[in-house]
Amino acid sequence: MTGLVLGGPASVPTPPRNGLRPSRSGSSDARAGRMASARGSLPGFGLSLGITLTFLSLIVLIPLSGLVWKTASLDGASLARAVLSPRALAAYRLSFGAALVAGTVNVVFGVLLAWVLTRYEFPGRALVDAAIDLPFALPTAVAGIALTTLYVEQGWLGRFLEPHGFKVAFAPAGVAVAMVFVGLPFVVRTVQPVLMDLDLHMEEVAATLGASRLYTLRKVIVPAVLPAALTGFALAFARAVGEYGSVVFISGNMPGRTEIAPLLIITKLEQFDYAGATAIALVMLLTSFVALFAINILQARIGRVGRIGRGSR
Amino acid sequence: MKDPRWLRWSLLALALGFLVLFVGLPILTVFVEAFRKGSAAYLEAIRDPETLSAVKLTLLTAAISVPVNLVFGIAASWLIAKYRFPFKGTLLTLIDLPFSVSPVIAGLIFVLLMGARGAFGPFFERHDMHIIFAVPGIVLATTFITFPFVAREILPIMQDLGNDEEEQALTLGASGWQILLRVTLPKVRWGILYGVILCNARAMGEFGAVSVVSGHIRGQTNTIPLQVEILYNEYNLSGAFAVASILTILALGTLAGKKLIESRIRVRA
Repeated sequence: MTGLVLGGPASVPTPPRNGLRPSRSGSSDARAGRMASARGSLPGFGLSLGITLTFLSLIVLIPLSGLVWKTASLDGASLARAVLSPRALAAYRLSFGAALVAGTVNVVFGVLLAWVLTRYEFPGRALVDAAIDLPFALPTAVAGIALTTLYVEQGWLGRFLEPHGFKVAFAPAGVAVAMVFVGLPFVVRTVQPVLMDLDLHMEEVAATLGASRLYTLRKVIVPAVLPAALTGFALAFARAVGEYGSVVFISGNMPGRTEIAPLLIITKLEQFDYAGATAIALVMLLTSFVALFAINILQARIGRVGRIGRGSR
Repeated sequence: MKDPRWLRWSLLALALGFLVLFVGLPILTVFVEAFRKGSAAYLEAIRDPETLSAVKLTLLTAAISVPVNLVFGIAASWLIAKYRFPFKGTLLTLIDLPFSVSPVIAGLIFVLLMGARGAFGPFFERHDMHIIFAVPGIVLATTFITFPFVAREILPIMQDLGNDEEEQALTLGASGWQILLRVTLPKVRWGILYGVILCNARAMGEFGAVSVVSGHIRGQTNTIPLQVEILYNEYNLSGAFAVASILTILALGTLAGKKLIESRIRVRA
């Protein structure tokens, strides 16, 4: 049966097999249209559509519908109780607050790293560039235990910080540190191509016309970099809010103080409070969709539509 | 117009200092802690039967979810790159969906759907099928998390390279399968490899989603990352870091492979 779809007659023009493959403009001139609509003449539309939709449904859509199914079975009062309980509110405050702080740190150092990588020549630049992606590649649990070991009281960094009153491990600051780690690549990888494309010539022209460095920075570089930096911020923020593995070791997990929202979901699941877990998951999902929506708008502004997620590797 | 020397040096020092603090030191920590009790203890921790069974389960999980993602990735990018059809943007958004879902929520949805109290829980129980707190759940959650990886790497390359060769092959009488196997796949082979490497790294390292559905049954439903967690929570630091070093080497290998492929793609472009 699939042979019919895939191994169709190879003669050109291939007759359109269904209405889903219109010629480019619906032109009535078949001969001109054939050249223009060649994109639609390759066989395999039905099969690839079938595989795509089947896998997408089985692995993503049907499982996600479980969340909807569960939510539909909740009554409003218990939903509100679970969403607004003091413990849940403290968890959102920590997760969203730390993610905001981490995202801001990521913007500052991400832009700095992108600048250094695109503008300066220095030995080991390729290595530094590769190291940026490490947080994508390193399993989160490994990052979690490594960061915790660094920042505990006797750790390489903790032993210098704790005597001065900076408690990082098992404190909200530790949550932010872990989130900075996981978010590190996002801003660098969204800003880097923009800085690369940015015409050095324009900066030179600005300088020739008597613009000061600061003026050029403000009028030429910042407007170009800002949308990309904000996209990177939103991606890093969305990732940080949902992050579990790297945060759960360093946070200390004290309810109401250092308990992040994803951990609260797991705690509720372990107590078989499925309704409570679902309610908190919904709050988190809605937030990440808002972030995603913001990213889409920003991406449209810098003209790289449809490439969201590229940064999430 | 170049930045003045003092500015260049201070920006460079600041950027590299940040990178050493957040990337260099954690990696160094993994290996220093792993070998703290010597290489004999390191080898012993890795040869531990529980660790070996975790390695096996991780390999099995990757061996299922990576090929599933590969087939999906090729089909989806063929569909999106070769045809115009309505709701293409919606389809792309749906494919990206797992990127924006917290790993914990990814685990949760499978528990809600297939757990003992879930929507299909009674059905699986009647047929004596164990999904949650068993290997199938781990594979499903991992496949969900990695779902967009291969498609997202192949698609832009397929779109950039266009369809001219495919259309010529069609004119010369090639069938759809022949075009796919002899023209399209060789064209995008580096993209495929790139996607597979990244997908594999994520599949082997996934922690949050797997943690929710695994049930942490020692020697049975523990993947390598979960084994790291167990050892760490038992205060067996050197053991935890020894096992973690396997994953760290995998991550470093992944980055090296990624760089290599990127230089290949750049040469072609």
